[in-house]
Amino acid sequence: MTTLLPHKFGPYGGQFVPETLMPALIELEREFVSARNDTAFNQEFDRLMASFVGRPTPLTYAKRLSEKLGGAQIYLKREDLAHTGAHKINNALGQALLVKRMGKKRIVAETGAGQHGVASATAAALLGLECVVYMGSVDITRQEPNVFRMKLLGAEVRPVESGTKTLKDAINEAIRDWVTNVRDTHYLLGSALGPHPYPTIVREFQSVIGREAREQMLMDAGRLPDTVIACVGGGSNAIGVFSGFVNDDAVELIGVEAGGSGIASGKHAARFGDATKARVGVIHGTRTYVLQDEDGQIAETHSVSAGLDYAAVGPEHAMLRDNERAFYTSATDEEALNAFQTLCHTEGIIPALESSHAVAEVIKKAPTMRKDQVILVNLSGRGDKDLNTVIKEMGNG
Amino acid sequence: MNRLESAFANKPIFMPYFPLGYPDLKTSVDVIEALAKNGADLIEVGLSFSDPLADGPVIQHATQIALEKGITVKKSLEAVKELRKRGVTVPLILMGYYNPMLAYGLEKFIHDACEAGADGFIIPDLPLEEAEEFQSINGDMPLIQMLAPTSPDERMESIARNAKGFIYLVSVTGVTGERREISNDLGDLIARVRAHTSAPVCVGFGIGTPEQAKQVGQLADGVIVGSACVKVIGGSKTPVETAKQFAAEFRSAIG
Repeated sequence: MTTLLPHKFGPYGGQFVPETLMPALIELEREFVSARNDTAFNQEFDRLMASFVGRPTPLTYAKRLSEKLGGAQIYLKREDLAHTGAHKINNALGQALLVKRMGKKRIVAETGAGQHGVASATAAALLGLECVVYMGSVDITRQEPNVFRMKLLGAEVRPVESGTKTLKDAINEAIRDWVTNVRDTHYLLGSALGPHPYPTIVREFQSVIGREAREQMLMDAGRLPDTVIACVGGGSNAIGVFSGFVNDDAVELIGVEAGGSGIASGKHAARFGDATKARVGVIHGTRTYVLQDEDGQIAETHSVSAGLDYAAVGPEHAMLRDNERAFYTSATDEEALNAFQTLCHTEGIIPALESSHAVAEVIKKAPTMRKDQVILVNLSGRGDKDLNTVIKEMGNG
Repeated sequence: MNRLESAFANKPIFMPYFPLGYPDLKTSVDVIEALAKNGADLIEVGLSFSDPLADGPVIQHATQIALEKGITVKKSLEAVKELRKRGVTVPLILMGYYNPMLAYGLEKFIHDACEAGADGFIIPDLPLEEAEEFQSINGDMPLIQMLAPTSPDERMESIARNAKGFIYLVSVTGVTGERREISNDLGDLIARVRAHTSAPVCVGFGIGTPEQAKQVGQLADGVIVGSACVKVIGGSKTPVETAKQFAAEFRSAIG
């Protein structure tokens, strides 16, 4: 059986799901293809992006950070200023519109940091859908403000106690709910992972970041950036911003994974960074780089940021890495926390801990570049949700 | 006739599922032997995975314990060999998720499984679309295809057309686990499948009591009992004795 859209990225991606879900994936792909070619659908998406999300999000020249680092000029794509405080809303609203189109009434979503959960709950409230969010109990503790937000927005938050009680287990539970209620329920997957067509759908709805950023760079800086930097958990904000520059061969693309306590410690979520634990495998419906043990059991991961704390990476990133169109590095918890504070002090912006990983790479990279060079960093979310974690970590440090 | 074909000589057949390594490796081998020698016509032998997304709470729990106690693919295959050594003659179908097989090495996995005495594979996260890689390496061992109530007719046709061994029909949308009652639509669903294949149709997911097994046995060629088997035997202080009773009871109920 053939798919309407390419279902693989090189050797990665695919549809490794139980048969019960295959018809739903086929329907979703069909609906997405028809929606994308439907002017009315695109106009509705654009209208919501402008009037509800507040797009286009600004591009901010980080003058004091650039001066402090003394190298490249740094620009921030301000997804933290999107409604609900992160880029996740772009995809959540896009998929929720697809749900309306398919005539389904209920969505389930997974969330790690809570940003996708909040975005899904928001989209559900706006469009009148029932919403259940699965969240690992470990993440519920460390992202409490977002749990309260989801509930305020009318979503039901179901704690997940299985496995490592984090994002990967929340995805398992969301899939189990979906497979049970597939006839009236859509799985609103929040990152560029999972079975086809999700990685493509999520990239397309997040590509608005890259399109805007490219235009804004040309307008504000009068040129394209030399380097684009984004953090990579599943990889949706990164694939969104990368997609705007992937055809500009001169623009270097850098993804930053969660280095946790350091690669050598084994406590991290660096799928590309740890050659001993990361191998190509299959998890949550897709073939990609997966942190796992010798027996193929999915490894426990660690990151101070719940949104990057995941054992696999979106399949398109795996392809971009193999063909060297993008490069991947990591930042440790400590580096991310330092970057968090640096951005607060120099720019008056409190970034999400996830985005702080991208800022950490900027701090390493900018001083090695010339002053006439330019870095664009995708500031994927704001950090209000992380204050408890930061207070605790700084207290310990 | 091979072991698998012989098993279907007298239909309907009783097909319990039990994971190797639960509650520990030795007990699981004893339990599977007891099931085989007391009425099971075919056994689905479970390989454990950290993220079993098609399974409900009972099997999740059991396979997690098996992993905590140190079960691996290698030890599982050795256990299959041990079962054959003990004179277990019923077909043993390995049921597991794809990633541990990939990590073991597909070629080596299929080879070692065959050599250990397994008779086929069930891989719930390997739908028709993704089966080519596995099948290009696999020789004659059946990769059991699954069908679901959500499968449209044209999908049923393409999946059933090349079915080997038997069809695993998922009776409900959902994960493994007992349900209060058998769906009224099951007869129609089985009829839809039979329209596309002459392969035996075995029904699983949601069958928990001997009465339900009897009911399903009147419609299908085989009755698959997973979670109930794991729960009753796993919860027993004398798991091997319980396994004997469990197999005998379901076998006689199915008739």
